[in-house]
Amino acid sequence: MRVTFTANGKPVEADDVWEGESLLYVLRERVGLPGSKNACEQGECGSCTVYLDGVPVCSCLVAAGQVQDREVRTVEGLAEENGELGLVQQAFVDAGAVQCGFCTPGLLVQTDALLEREPQPSDNDIREALSGNLCRCTGYEKIMDAVRLASARTCAKGPKA
Amino acid sequence: MSTRTIQGQKNLQDIKQSSPDGIGGSPLRPDGNLKVKGEFAYSSDLWHEDMLWGMALRSPHPRANIVSVDISDALKLPGVYAVLTHQDIPGSKFYGLEIQDQPALAIDKVRYHGEAIALVAADHPETARRAVKKIKVEYEVLTPIVTEEQCLDPETHGYVHEPHEFKSHGYGNICHEQKLVSGLGVTDEVRALADVIVSGEYEVGMQDQAFLGPESGLAVPAEDGGIDLYIATQWLHVDRQQMAPVLALPEEKVRLTLAGVGGAFGGREDISMQIHASLLALHTGKPVKIVYARDESFYGHVHRHPARMHYEHGATADGKLVFADCRIVLDGGAYASASPAVVGNAASLGHGPYVIPNVKMHAIALYSNNPSCGAMRGFGAVQAAFGYESQMDKLAEKLGMDPVELRQLNAMSEGDYMPTGQQIDSPAPVAELLQRVKDMPLPPPLDLTNLDVRALPGALSNTSHGEGIVRGIGYSVGIKNVGFSEGFDDYSTARVRLEVIGGEPVAMVHTAMAEVGQGGVTVHAQIARTELGVEQVTIHPANTEVGSAGSTSASRQTYMTGGAVKLAAEAVKQEVFARGRKRYGWTQNDLQLIGGKVVSESAGALIPLVDLLGDEAIDLTREHHHRPTVPFDKETGQGFGHVQYTFCANRAVVDVDVELGLVKVVELTAAQDVGKALNPLSVVGQIQGGCTQALGLAVMEEIIVKDGKVRNASFTDYLIPTILDTPPIPVDVLELPDPNAPYGLRGVGEAPTVSATPSIVAAIRQATGIALNRIPVRPEHLTGTL
Ligand code: FES
Ligand code: FES
Repeated sequence: MRVTFTANGKPVEADDVWEGESLLYVLRERVGLPGSKNACEQGECGSCTVYLDGVPVCSCLVAAGQVQDREVRTVEGLAEENGELGLVQQAFVDAGAVQCGFCTPGLLVQTDALLEREPQPSDNDIREALSGNLCRCTGYEKIMDAVRLASARTCAKGPKA
Repeated sequence: MSTRTIQGQKNLQDIKQSSPDGIGGSPLRPDGNLKVKGEFAYSSDLWHEDMLWGMALRSPHPRANIVSVDISDALKLPGVYAVLTHQDIPGSKFYGLEIQDQPALAIDKVRYHGEAIALVAADHPETARRAVKKIKVEYEVLTPIVTEEQCLDPETHGYVHEPHEFKSHGYGNICHEQKLVSGLGVTDEVRALADVIVSGEYEVGMQDQAFLGPESGLAVPAEDGGIDLYIATQWLHVDRQQMAPVLALPEEKVRLTLAGVGGAFGGREDISMQIHASLLALHTGKPVKIVYARDESFYGHVHRHPARMHYEHGATADGKLVFADCRIVLDGGAYASASPAVVGNAASLGHGPYVIPNVKMHAIALYSNNPSCGAMRGFGAVQAAFGYESQMDKLAEKLGMDPVELRQLNAMSEGDYMPTGQQIDSPAPVAELLQRVKDMPLPPPLDLTNLDVRALPGALSNTSHGEGIVRGIGYSVGIKNVGFSEGFDDYSTARVRLEVIGGEPVAMVHTAMAEVGQGGVTVHAQIARTELGVEQVTIHPANTEVGSAGSTSASRQTYMTGGAVKLAAEAVKQEVFARGRKRYGWTQNDLQLIGGKVVSESAGALIPLVDLLGDEAIDLTREHHHRPTVPFDKETGQGFGHVQYTFCANRAVVDVDVELGLVKVVELTAAQDVGKALNPLSVVGQIQGGCTQALGLAVMEEIIVKDGKVRNASFTDYLIPTILDTPPIPVDVLELPDPNAPYGLRGVGEAPTVSATPSIVAAIRQATGIALNRIPVRPEHLTGTL
């Protein structure tokens, strides 16, 4: 089948998609967006998290056909228009929250979504919001730092226009 | 402050402001921006026009004879390009890290659940999956050899490898063993010297590295008949060394380039899909990509050895250790992998960082039909630490002593001897590290009146409102060796090039070091900046075009490859000076490279590097070998076996819900001596990550193997700590230089994984009063419902 949808604001289409393919597979192998990662493909690790119509989802659990005519935003879409790092991306780099980085794309999307709905999350809010995203390298401390940093910078910037 | 006002001196002071991006600073990762943008190419992201997908058929049985394999139906499936069995292997059919006992594809029999039997290459992963299902294998299923008792009685239960096919150092189903005796050993006379004796049986479950990036890579057949493999691994050269004979290619035709690695922790030290993808690519003449699914990853790499241990310790009434008698049995599974070295570590480090006048130790690794075990962070020291630290707590209780004081009383320090007879010739601040974690402020007590249930054990599930919760505190300390031991000529190679690019002096560092997330690439740039006084450093992709870097394991890369980068950079620097002396007749012997200039203490800035280099780059390669070690004597375990030791201490605070059997680690404090923190941010990150894997082993992580079959090969059933399970991890870093190491540094990555587990178990014991002799501690252990 053919699937057409919007990825990071641009229309994309994929041909010859087998019905069993996931959105994750289509993004990674068919439309050239390998940023979302494939760590479990079972909805357990969060590495493949993307926005689907503005809601963070595990793209490995979404059948490709389900995204027809919908909007997807991936980690590749978190950077600024001019290619500069987005605020959450920069905070992860600055805090040293990226080691192997395999968990990072999913965590970035999930953090972006958290700060969108709660710009000043408590530590327990952060832990709750990110509990579906596994990281094997960092021990999460620096991820906590990154989210706190991103929160502080979001608040310093003031509400979005 | 200097009162001299020579112009040159002042210049020097201006430019001497050491770069914040040199060693001791915490510059950001050079690959960080790519990683957060989703542009960093991990091995599973690789793509080639016309590429095929490879997949393996894996055995559903842990032990069986293969009666027949029929690939005809699989081959008929449209989209299938190749189906291969061991008969299609052009060269040697076996490989292995230390012992070549592992067939690249099973021959006549399978020895563990998940062993690869045949390979498929197809145009879509789903086609490959279907083709794998169409391969018909007829098995004669045999009773697997899985328990210690079965393994040790081959007359009754059989051999995992028949004696005539033995390639091991051991005998029967023993893959390797190491004994150790020091002092008087442990005899009745020695036992009589002790006022108190405590003993215990301890068990450690099978832990998995569970790195997030699945095993994957892309093999591209080359025009010269060789193979180019882009791969996530820990050691490019040892992969090549094992691959070439199987592919029947000379090593120079097997070229490996490191692709992005999503964590490793020892799990990538062995071959996984390297040979399989290469065989398929050579056979089909097309690029072949293999990406393991998560369940295949659980089958496809070695795990941490599960262990059964017996410990007996004797001490005087005032707490001085008199003897330790230890037996450690590690289940190595079907193939040797790194088992011999793991046994060596368990035997030589298995008494802990304590001075014990009389020691007897016997460590063995078994062959069994369980999954193969090999390298994992902590490497043989982890299992033992659970044993000896549990014993220390038991002893303290029996003596009515404070557990930290007991440890400090017996703590080894510089100048003391290991039971191997090796003198510790650099700082060993064991007592101080314990003191540091003890002195750190404690987290506030649980406040039931102002409760966020998310902070309770069971966390989000709203399982309780604080009733039935008790808090406990536990301490531990551990010892780990750094680098490869027992006479292995451990070395690393680095190439450093200094040239002018775009009007600026730029250093390039080229090594074969596997960056697996640990931050070596950051540190290499820091070293080059420090040694060469330049700001711009590029890191060349790691590949086999340069000499071996050894493995990214054993906490050795900053020591070994960092050391090689230092040597190569120093050689480049000397070449710069030699060129200047020759060309400009410099006579000063106090030359330095600072701020992009050649500088002399006495004469000030001499010339900008840009002018001296012109368009003639300096490009030099150096090897760094650590000082030699020797193998342990087989019977006595004596010998200068380890190049360096590293120590970490922990304090764990836990809340236990005794009704539900759930544990929440409230805080896990660490103090570690790192010799010199080349990059403090990364060092702390490594320690926190290591502590978290230890937490996983303490309370949740275990591959469940029943009758040789893996029951939980998924992230649904094999649990690793989430951010909710992981507490704040305050880290206190000590820097006592090791005079034998580059910059005085000490390997960092593993010590916390060795030490942190026992502190958590100790804290749970303190909270509940339950003995807890097995890890991971499960709810049923705490509720008595086992
Ligand atoms: S890959 Fe989708 S949740 Fe793990
Ligand atoms: S940084 Fe490696 S998994 Fe998170």
